[in-house]
Amino acid sequence: MSLILNQIRKAYVTPTGAEQVILDIPAFSLDQGEQVALVGTSGSGKTTLLNVAAGITTPDSGTVTVGGVEITRMLEPVRDRFRSERIGYVFQTFNLLGAFTALENVLLGMSFSSQPANRHLAIELLGRVGLGDRLHYRPSQLSVGQQQRVSVARALAKTPRLLLADEPTANVDGPNQQAILELMQTTCRENNVTLLLVTHTSEVASQFSRVERLASFNQAATSTSTPYSMGVN
Amino acid sequence: MSIFQIAWKSLSQRSLASFLTGLSVALGVMLMVAVMILYGVIASTFQQSSIGYDLVVGPKGSPLQLVLSSIYRVSPPIENLPFRFYKDLQKDPRVEQAIPIALGDTTEEGSFPIVGTIPEYFSIPFANNREFAVRGTFLRKPFDAVIGAKVAATNGWKEGSQFRMIHGGADTGHVHDEKFTVVGILAPTGTPNDRSVFVNLDGFYQIQGHDKPFDEAIKREREFYGLAPLEPEALAEEVRKLEKRYGGHDHHNHAPGEEHFHDVPMIQKEVTAILVTTKTLMAAGLMEGEFKKGFKAQATNPIRPMNQLLTDILGNIRVLLMVLTGLIIVVSGVGIFVSIYSSLQERRREIAIMRALGARRETIFGIIITESLLLCLLGGIAGLILGHLLVLGAAPVVTARTGILINGFAFQPMEWLLLPALAILGVIVGYIPAVSAYRTDVASNLNPS
Repeated sequence: MSLILNQIRKAYVTPTGAEQVILDIPAFSLDQGEQVALVGTSGSGKTTLLNVAAGITTPDSGTVTVGGVEITRMLEPVRDRFRSERIGYVFQTFNLLGAFTALENVLLGMSFSSQPANRHLAIELLGRVGLGDRLHYRPSQLSVGQQQRVSVARALAKTPRLLLADEPTANVDGPNQQAILELMQTTCRENNVTLLLVTHTSEVASQFSRVERLASFNQAATSTSTPYSMGVN
Repeated sequence: MSIFQIAWKSLSQRSLASFLTGLSVALGVMLMVAVMILYGVIASTFQQSSIGYDLVVGPKGSPLQLVLSSIYRVSPPIENLPFRFYKDLQKDPRVEQAIPIALGDTTEEGSFPIVGTIPEYFSIPFANNREFAVRGTFLRKPFDAVIGAKVAATNGWKEGSQFRMIHGGADTGHVHDEKFTVVGILAPTGTPNDRSVFVNLDGFYQIQGHDKPFDEAIKREREFYGLAPLEPEALAEEVRKLEKRYGGHDHHNHAPGEEHFHDVPMIQKEVTAILVTTKTLMAAGLMEGEFKKGFKAQATNPIRPMNQLLTDILGNIRVLLMVLTGLIIVVSGVGIFVSIYSSLQERRREIAIMRALGARRETIFGIIITESLLLCLLGGIAGLILGHLLVLGAAPVVTARTGILINGFAFQPMEWLLLPALAILGVIVGYIPAVSAYRTDVASNLNPS
């Protein structure tokens, strides 16, 4: 599933009342099945870009087209459904739900699409990220790296057509970092899933045939950083 | 995962707050259920035990007191009627059966009310088509006694047990020497009969002090029938005549407790009330009206004063209690609102995550409403169970004090309305938090604060 961002502009109003442009992207696209590493400094708008691509954040202007469908024109409920069925998202901060076990977190990711949750697939994916023996652990009982692996399994469990990953290996140690990358890349390759992975390390970026620097196509990337808590870094 | 599972998980995560808010609903419902059951049982008992008789005839006074004393045995008797009045009433062609009862004494053990009556008392159904059943026999000999099931259970009396009674109730402290023998134990009736002790009226009059002295009996009878009091000499003459006719009798010639029998002159006998069944319902109405015009006695339909008591006093108390318990439930509902609404601030990120995973706003709305519904309904179900348990726990105390048998498992029709009402409450109190959750902005709440 291809991803096309066209004339995207996104700005926030700072506490001082000034407008701060985070994204100003004339054009950016990924072909179907393509795997791209997106590199950018902290606060350069990487997460905002992924949120815009996922339909979580609506751009002030411009269009986002996923698989030939312009999601920026969709009504919100339709976009939610589209996201739940087509787009996988690995959050930088994992975003696991504390009340749910690892398995339930993965099942939850499948619950909002029209397809019934596939428990067998969820267990298999958790096994593949090395958590086969931690299915019923809550996030608080897992290490930071294990939580990130659950987050990856959750994103893949939806069998998405577009996978967006925000620093998926940032909190994972060396061997597990490699395993997660391989899992994501292999799964995407096997299923012809488009992968856009944000990273700040050259070690991760080097494993991708296409590496894009956000600053090279985001005309607002030189602006100052916004607070992390606003979720717009 | 279903909305239900997600809502349940959220509640589990805040288990203490969820438990406490659910408990507050449960306690409110428990009280409401207890009020409904107890009122229902009391209402049905009061109405049921009155059904056997068409009229209760007694001295002038409060009809409610007459019914409460003669049928429910929870109020002191008003006064007495001459036995002659009972005999005259018995001859009324409209009367099918007239059962005299004499009240006022209690058992020495357990202070159960003594009912002096005739064997025919047990021939009238104690409730709608429900006949008395007895283990042993009904009253036959003068010093026979038949006891209610509650009396037997409390005092441990069996057939052959003997007992004495306290004159005029436990307060006077005077214990009669004469002993009565238990010949029958009634099967439970769920009426005040269960905590009553029935003694043969013939034996009742044999007891020292129960047969009025001649001079007093003459005065009372003349007063009752509206005749002028006799001059002292004329009264003494009347007493002499009666002594000559009946030979006089002194209980002090007998050893204490010795069973003896002699016919008591009618003038010395009094009854507390007369339970009447009439040949037609119209006759009962006519007789009631006739008594109203006279000055001697009153006749009342036993159901009417009780219905009045139930609707005018108990009914209003019930409404008040229902309103109060209803308010408790509403306050509990407010507690649920506060609990969910305040938790939303901590759960914005959780909601944003679900939205980012593809949950629609309506799904989030549904999750919050489901949480509210779960708290209300689970609290309500727990309250229903607790309410019945409370009644079960209170039943022995209520039965001991009133003789009313209470079935803690008795289900009141209004209980069916509780859960739908709680569901509505759940939707109402969950609505504002649900709308707030519905409006949660995803991007700004996605990252940890």
